Amino acid sequence: MVTSLLDRRDVVSAFLKDRGQAAVVCGLGSSTWDVAAVDPNDRNFYSWGAMGGAVSMGLGLALAQPDMRVIVITGDGEAMMGVGSFATVAAKRPANLSILVLDNEHYGETGMQPAHTGAGADIAMMARGAGVADATTIRTDSELAAAVDSFHSGVGLRLIVAKIDPASPPRVMPTRDAVENKLTFRRTILGG
Amino acid sequence: MADDDRDWRDQIFTALKDADISLVGYVPDAGHAKLIEASIADNDIDDVALTTEEEGVALATGAWLGGKKSVLLMQSSGVGNCINMLSLRETARIPMVIIVTMRGEYAEFNPWQIPMGSKTQAAFELCGFKVERVDRAEDAGPTVAAALSFAYHSDTGVAVLLSQKLIGAKTW
Repeated sequence: MVTSLLDRRDVVSAFLKDRGQAAVVCGLGSSTWDVAAVDPNDRNFYSWGAMGGAVSMGLGLALAQPDMRVIVITGDGEAMMGVGSFATVAAKRPANLSILVLDNEHYGETGMQPAHTGAGADIAMMARGAGVADATTIRTDSELAAAVDSFHSGVGLRLIVAKIDPASPPRVMPTRDAVENKLTFRRTILGG
Repeated sequence: MADDDRDWRDQIFTALKDADISLVGYVPDAGHAKLIEASIADNDIDDVALTTEEEGVALATGAWLGGKKSVLLMQSSGVGNCINMLSLRETARIPMVIIVTMRGEYAEFNPWQIPMGSKTQAAFELCGFKVERVDRAEDAGPTVAAALSFAYHSDTGVAVLLSQKLIGAKTW
């Protein structure tokens, strides 16, 4: 019996505290607020829309920068909308891509309507079914600690679903100007 | 290119190579088959089969964030799938070239292809794309080269529509 669910900001903070030079692509909504809150960084690309595209964006970036670790951080609703991209990623198997899905089983930005993952859908299992062999779900602090260790060590495509408390922490909003975000990100990643 | 009498598909691939395209995302279509085969065979090109066309819009965006130039290949029936994701291209001003094989026009045999085929150009224009249509084989390579130059010099989206008359109507 789980007594307390993971806090979303604690999860994001745990995964990003040792990110080094990793680039982060955020899904829209709460995932973007989380990353902006715990680790504002010129190597972050935030989303305010384009729901369903975060994993595919991460794949494009991972293929373009094979020597750079790329981390996609997104929510369960965003991941479900782009669920086919799990198969696309699995077919390419980029060793430098890690995907973190924050699963609160709700659509947080639109009034906390119940989402599919609370009604039986298992994103880690769907990812494994799509061919992402290293896809696991974590629920506890000890599972989080173990997952963070493996997240940053070695190489290999991996996906972690973190079951999190549906509570919404205060919004921390990064720039909503995607051109500014793009230019800063590219300047940082590519130089010049 | 007046003395270039190769197949128009080969001319398109040459245009991609000349523009340093190193990623090709696609949902297969018979009209793109040769380009897809050439992309798979080229060690300097990442070929990415997509489960649905909008993935390609996000893929191309991620690639550009990482400094890689790409094109997307799809059939006209898949263009409608891209519309929401194209907001990403427009908002972030990502250079993007989408090469579309047209269905639902000249000598079409499948009525289910007509609704999207007849709205493809308008859909792109609604999404802020420039649209170039190719009806003659000798225009294919130069048009793709021009689209790549335009898109990557101005951070815009350009669609190249390869007409069904050019490709040859599908028959069974």
